[in-house]
Amino acid sequence: MYTQPVNGKFGPYGGKYIPETLMQAVEELEVAYEEAKLDPEFQERFDALLSEYVGRETPLYYAENMSRRLGTNVYLKREDLNHTGAHKINNTIGQALLAKRMGKQKIVAETGAGQHGVATATVCALLNLECTIFMGEVDVERQELNVFRMELLGATVIPVKSGSRTLKDAVNEALRYWVKHVDDTHYVMGSVLGPHPFPTMVRDFQSVIGTETRRQILDKTGRLPDAVIACVGGGSNAMGMFYPFLNDEDVALYGVEAAGSGVDTDKHAATLTKGEVGVLHGSLMYVLQDGAGQIQEAHSISAGLDYPGVGPEHSFLKDIERVRYAAVTDEAALEACMSLSRHEGIIPALESSHALAYAETLAATMDEDDLLVICLSGRGDKDVHTIRERVGQK
Amino acid sequence: MSLETAIRNRDGAAFVPYIMAGDGGLDQLIPTIERLEAMGATAIELGIPFSDPVADGPIIEAAGMRALADGVTLSGVLDCLIEGTERFSVPIVLMTYLNPVFRFGIQPFFDRAAACGVSGVIIPDLPFEESLELFAGIERNGVAVVPLVTLTSNKQRIDTILSQAEGFVYAVTLKGTTGKVDAFPDELLAHLRSLTERSPVPVLAGFGVHREDQVRALGEACDGVVVGSFIVEALHAGREQDVADLIAAARRVKA
Repeated sequence: MYTQPVNGKFGPYGGKYIPETLMQAVEELEVAYEEAKLDPEFQERFDALLSEYVGRETPLYYAENMSRRLGTNVYLKREDLNHTGAHKINNTIGQALLAKRMGKQKIVAETGAGQHGVATATVCALLNLECTIFMGEVDVERQELNVFRMELLGATVIPVKSGSRTLKDAVNEALRYWVKHVDDTHYVMGSVLGPHPFPTMVRDFQSVIGTETRRQILDKTGRLPDAVIACVGGGSNAMGMFYPFLNDEDVALYGVEAAGSGVDTDKHAATLTKGEVGVLHGSLMYVLQDGAGQIQEAHSISAGLDYPGVGPEHSFLKDIERVRYAAVTDEAALEACMSLSRHEGIIPALESSHALAYAETLAATMDEDDLLVICLSGRGDKDVHTIRERVGQK
Repeated sequence: MSLETAIRNRDGAAFVPYIMAGDGGLDQLIPTIERLEAMGATAIELGIPFSDPVADGPIIEAAGMRALADGVTLSGVLDCLIEGTERFSVPIVLMTYLNPVFRFGIQPFFDRAAACGVSGVIIPDLPFEESLELFAGIERNGVAVVPLVTLTSNKQRIDTILSQAEGFVYAVTLKGTTGKVDAFPDELLAHLRSLTERSPVPVLAGFGVHREDQVRALGEACDGVVVGSFIVEALHAGREQDVADLIAAARRVKA
């Protein structure tokens, strides 16, 4: 049922909609990645760093209290326990190793809240790569501590003053920088976005999440889960989680987007729920746009979901109905975040809290013997400031 | 007159000024085109504002944001052009990112553009492989799809692009975004001469151009220049004489 991309496209989605100056670099990357995939040494180095440096594999934790409360068996994939606190580092390690292999000594990346920026800066410090991170000015102000973290790790953080001064504009500026420095610089795209081969490559590096989960649930229960939930912004943790399950037709997959203030308001990031097909940052995918094709700003309490596009493979999986996509409001995510903190002793990232919130809805349709896996993509330490502000407002 | 013919028939080096549609108000669009034609512009590159212009530098991005704030859309610009077609004869080439065209609909776009007298279109985020796929089965009604060639395009790519080029070839002068630069890469002039020799259609150099000596050097190495940021900035600041002077300089270049 499921196929690899053909000519860089998942159905109609994906492709390489980029300036001509970048075509050579993107094609070189495609070749280099295909070679690296087949090189056992590259894979060994990647696996070794995931194991020794990141701390994989991460547990698939049976959340007893949540299971009791929801009346079904809930397992949390603990990506929050990775080094730097989220799944992002799985991808940055893969791409940084690839950059080295291609002889590129410089890295550029974009970041929204700063998680991908920190994960990139971390790997650049480890592998001695020069690191430049673009971050919207608004996000720089909101996430001061993450800016300092990146600087502490040796990266140069450049505030982006154009457009809405958030993640989308940081990607624009990182792409412009890449056009100027394409000879010696690799662009570490942070999600399953951008021109081919980024969506496929990032998915592959992240698919360690789903591969481990599949093995772990079989070990623990002797069968596959009935449902798997992951949050979707650009969609990298979800793609990494879903990919190894795509051919398991009895496993229902749910992607949860950010509904912000509500999908019927103009303040949300529910791209698959409310967006229309368009082209942004190199890829054909669902995007939030107006009738004239101008990209609109996304809104979510969670900076990591605050992006007006969504990966081309998700766009395809929505159309073929292999994955069902839903949206959860800021309010519901916040409640789920506080609930897991209180009842399970785990403070989840606000991104992951969207998946947790949807579990409450989904569990109502499940039996007590069913197995529900939730991807806990990151820890919530970075969000405590936001949470305190929002809770204080009540 | 076709775009290619207009460029072939020019005096001196071809000069294509870029303007941002709706910067300063859409009511100024036709009068601005008329004045640029009177100054001797070979063709006009008409930019459609886009929220995320990744191929552009700060000057053109800012102009686009001003136009967007004014509510300018691709459809509005085309409506404006159709009302003004009798007032000028200089060829119009639209420069638009793909998404506004995609949203408009590919076939409706070519139908409407042709009806509005548009001669060509430049889509900076649509490399030729994707354009082959996207435009398969589309009736383009004589609207030329102008390809970009850059310093990073390898020889084989360039040959393929040249073999299918229409209107003219847009030779990007630098690795970077639009703007104003003081020095071009060393290999540029040789690159332009080689392109001009091999290309079946005229070759125009663009990105970074803002001085007379640059217009002269590039205009001698290929068929002419496209000038964007300098024009956008000068028109925004009301310095039309600077524009006229640069166009006049192009006309003095010996072919």
